[in-house]
Amino acid sequence: MANNKQDLIDQNLQDLNNDGVDRRGFLKCMAWAGTGLVWTMSGGIPVSRAFAKGYGKDAAKSGDFTFVQISDSHIGFNKPANPDVTATLQTAINKINAMQHKPDFIIHTGDLSQLSKPSEFDTLDQVLKGASPKQIYFVPGEHDMLSDNGDEYLQRYGKGTKGTGWYSFDQKGVHFVGLVNVANLKAGGMGSLGQDQLEWLENDLKGRSASTPVVLFAHIPLWTIYPDWGWGTDDSEQALSYVKRFGSVTVLNGHIHQIMQKVEGKVSFHTAMSTAFPQPAPGSAPSAGPMKVPAEQLQQVLGITDVNYVVSGRSLAVVDSPLGASSPLASGKETEW
Amino acid sequence: MATKNVWIAGLVPPVMLAVLLLTAASPRVKANDAANAEVKIDNFSFGPQSVTVPVGATVTWTNRDDIPHTVVSTEGVFKSKVRDTDEKFSYTFAKAGTYPYYCTIHPKMTGQIVVQ
Repeated sequence: MANNKQDLIDQNLQDLNNDGVDRRGFLKCMAWAGTGLVWTMSGGIPVSRAFAKGYGKDAAKSGDFTFVQISDSHIGFNKPANPDVTATLQTAINKINAMQHKPDFIIHTGDLSQLSKPSEFDTLDQVLKGASPKQIYFVPGEHDMLSDNGDEYLQRYGKGTKGTGWYSFDQKGVHFVGLVNVANLKAGGMGSLGQDQLEWLENDLKGRSASTPVVLFAHIPLWTIYPDWGWGTDDSEQALSYVKRFGSVTVLNGHIHQIMQKVEGKVSFHTAMSTAFPQPAPGSAPSAGPMKVPAEQLQQVLGITDVNYVVSGRSLAVVDSPLGASSPLASGKETEW
Repeated sequence: MATKNVWIAGLVPPVMLAVLLLTAASPRVKANDAANAEVKIDNFSFGPQSVTVPVGATVTWTNRDDIPHTVVSTEGVFKSKVRDTDEKFSYTFAKAGTYPYYCTIHPKMTGQIVVQ
């Protein structure tokens, strides 16, 4: 695990060194080994806030806000990797409810259910009802589209969305776009957005000021992490070409049940942990199937992602925290690059 | 009471299985049996990836992963429902040809059935 994390950091460094961007003026990156990763991104001004000290006290200027990303709750999964995914989702919600700064909303980046069953969605709804943020935005994962072309999902979570469930909304000056890359997948391919959605995205972003911070979220990563396991989206490059002119772009994904991140120009990519079960690092196992860990370690490999938007400098800071840690950085060690 | 019902219901399949096994022992049926094929889904892949069978053979897929999969013909010839752990899907091929297929949930998973 440690080696993989180091590889990832090395890979990120590689990317940073090759992108031609003056990273000192653009990005400050901090990693806490073991518990998670924090990075702070700024459109021009580096933000070096110590998040462990708590965001709420000095940063609650008007316009600042926080949201939480949860992912891959897989309600209905009951195999040895985690026989009680409802309980771990509940733990995640308890963690959100205990946050010092109350998040404005939650984003769920897909695989709400294991088999798209109405009873699984019912259980999910029941648990999410107890979350203190009442607004929850969803995008589907491939597990949510298994019955009748995703009708069950769309009836419940897709009201007011386009196509197979894509949409956008604005929150205090930040533009959020929920994309669907799990529908109509082609043999031999990876995730796919499709022409209709790409055209919609181009139009949705057209006319917006380049200084508007943009957050794209979708289930399967919008960058190619590991093609052999289908961990990428075939037509993501076209989607990303539409956001190139923006000064701050954050891409949030799920699907791979582990934290991965990359910075490319002004675009920061980030994947979240699952609330249900971990998956192996790319290529480290025969397949991407659920990774079994000793029960006492499970909560260290499941978690939530907390995103703070700081209005000065229009920056977004992403903080991952495992379910088993009392605070995101409790046992961490700071590294900078 | 419930236990008793289950026991009675559980008795039927072994009886049927025994009849099938006895029937399979006769040479005529055995030839037909050998023509059928099994594809196992393990570790997000179809094995064997390519299977050749005669016209009229039945191919049975079994999902042995902890994750659901589908078996769907790329050309729309056959389409399984979602198969969770240990669930099966069978298709009998009445015509010669090559039938590529994939898992619509994990499209990197592909295979083919060649019917001769």
